Amino acid sequence: MANTERPTHRRPIRWYILVFLAPATLIYTIFAIYPILESLRLSLFQANENGATFEGLANYARLIQEPYWAEQFWNAFKNNVLLFLMHMLIQNPIALALAALLSVPTLKGAAVYRTILFLPTLLSVVVVGFIWQLILSPLWGVTPAFMNFLGVGSFFKPWLGLESSALVTVTLISIWQYVGIPLMLFYAALLNVPEETIEAARIDGLNGWWIFWKVKLPLILPSLGLVGILTYIGNFTASFDLIYSIQGGLAGPDYSTDVMGTFLFRTFFGFQAQLGDVYMGATVASALFFIILIGVALYLFGVQRRLQRYES
Amino acid sequence: MAINAMRSGLLAVGMCLTGTAAAQTVISIESWRAEDQAIWDDLILPVFEAQNPDIDVQFKPTTATEYNAALNARLAGGTAGDIITCRPFDNALAMYEAGSLAEIGSIAGLSNFSDVAKAAWSTDSGDAKFCVPMASVIHGFMYNKDAFAELEIEVPKTESDFYAVLDKIKEDGTYIPMAMGTKDQWEAATMGYTNVGPSYWAGEEGRLALISGDAKLTDDVYVQVFEQMAKWTSYLGNGYQAQGYTDSQNLFTLGRAAIYPTGSWEITGFQENADFELGAFAPPRKDADSKCYISDHTDIGIGMNAATENKEAVMKFLEWTTSAEFAEILTNAAPGFFSLSTHDIKVENALAQEFVAMRGECEPTIRLAHQILSRGEPALGNQLWTLTANVINGSQTPEDAAKEAQANLDGWFKP
Repeated sequence: MANTERPTHRRPIRWYILVFLAPATLIYTIFAIYPILESLRLSLFQANENGATFEGLANYARLIQEPYWAEQFWNAFKNNVLLFLMHMLIQNPIALALAALLSVPTLKGAAVYRTILFLPTLLSVVVVGFIWQLILSPLWGVTPAFMNFLGVGSFFKPWLGLESSALVTVTLISIWQYVGIPLMLFYAALLNVPEETIEAARIDGLNGWWIFWKVKLPLILPSLGLVGILTYIGNFTASFDLIYSIQGGLAGPDYSTDVMGTFLFRTFFGFQAQLGDVYMGATVASALFFIILIGVALYLFGVQRRLQRYES
Repeated sequence: MAINAMRSGLLAVGMCLTGTAAAQTVISIESWRAEDQAIWDDLILPVFEAQNPDIDVQFKPTTATEYNAALNARLAGGTAGDIITCRPFDNALAMYEAGSLAEIGSIAGLSNFSDVAKAAWSTDSGDAKFCVPMASVIHGFMYNKDAFAELEIEVPKTESDFYAVLDKIKEDGTYIPMAMGTKDQWEAATMGYTNVGPSYWAGEEGRLALISGDAKLTDDVYVQVFEQMAKWTSYLGNGYQAQGYTDSQNLFTLGRAAIYPTGSWEITGFQENADFELGAFAPPRKDADSKCYISDHTDIGIGMNAATENKEAVMKFLEWTTSAEFAEILTNAAPGFFSLSTHDIKVENALAQEFVAMRGECEPTIRLAHQILSRGEPALGNQLWTLTANVINGSQTPEDAAKEAQANLDGWFKP
């Protein structure tokens, strides 16, 4: 009864917020947060005769100190960083350039180009891997014949099989497939640049080239940042599919295309004669999680906050 | 009348259906031999099911390269099949020690197998047995008989013959001398290193010496094999670095390559696809006076998932796999997989006979790294894949590769 005598100006609890949040929270907890916590927990254990015992950070120490693990870990990490840099320096500039071209209002058939450029993104990774393996095959591929036709046949190499070129080749295939995603993000951002601003710039005497650099680009900077961070995350997580389907779990030749994903796969599940080790696998997975976490944190606190959003 | 007959007929069918559905136990087999699906479904399993109408056996294979990983995941998740096809030695042993494979020493038919065959699926002390030996595969070389006739070449017997043959094919230029690539890596080690290797390390002698610690991989006899691999490079096709296993298979069966380093497991597929005469020869001996050795590898065993709910049915099936009947069907339905049992089985396939004939001339051994040496991190078996591929690709010298293999082995292995 005491309740009724309290002042009534307090807002009632808005239960519907909880109701709306519940499904997403529940699903996210079960399928994302719980597995991450569980693999963090597993990474602190080691298998022995009596199942597993708690070993603290011993697995992490092994991962960066024991030559067998450290060599693979740093190699995979290095390849991931290279993959990221190549995507940033090749994929995203291409996507930006194409988006800039597509957003030119006088361009005819923009919808057709847009569709064609986005099409590979819709293909299954396995299909893409298989097609490119065939195209580049020294035995059955069209590339050697095509290069002969152009008179540059002597430059043909089995690129996917050479240590020096395998990673670059896989990266280019990945770029071919995924250039559509940053393209669409840039394109959408460019379309949002208000017409009046561009008009004003034109009256001030800027041509198309300078309008792009001085007006449009600063306005879509937040999208650049977003694409950058998506590229970063994608390189550590999505790179596995393509490399596994093209080069297999051993990420050959001589681990030159090994990334964190394939390294994790081999460690966790084992590969042929090598048996899987759930605990070391969880350690690799957790290391991967921290790498992504650090990258995203640096972006959020270092870059995102400084980005200014221009409102029209 | 007709209606009545139909009625009773339907009734009978109905009774049959419900009758079998109620009593039948369904058990499934895990295997990496996806290629053999038809052989199991059409030739092997119907015979067993006819004798045991209450048991329905299903063959459910996984792709070979995924098998170990997928199986272990299914075992951990409790969804694996009742019967497990076992890889030999360390791999199956680890599964037994992890409690995934059951002890099956009580099967009476195990007496139909030699000790060597049983050793592949027993604990080191020999006390516990966890898989029934099934089949072995013999390594060697297959060749295009038409090509050899056309170029007037004889089957090589010694190492120098072998290279003379390869030189001649290369000089002629019609055929790629040897169909092998390094992209998938395992071919290099399995078809190359462990195929010709026994001739250099004297088969079992060299293999056991590594296990006892009397020999090191950096010893001459092992390095020589890497040197052989380096020599092979110039006989492989253009772009062999990006040539995978299936590419090599196609290259050979399309008649574009003359020699294919391989094993007897290819027989069925190759005889279906190749429209020329196929022949086989044993790995070359070092010189005319030395012995020849073949890798007659105990490759397939079959065991029971320790967590199965149909122990009785599984044991019945395993018991049947020890019989002469099973050995006979397997040997002739899947030529190239030679029954490990001591039953007297006649091999009918001509090409398979050529492989079996090698047993008469050459000393058998098994693959170098399968027993004990693949227990640690890294497993020597996997290491050899990468190292051999590197040597053939020229990115590592034979001495270097041997040194790395030994160093890795020293990291965990105490003889």
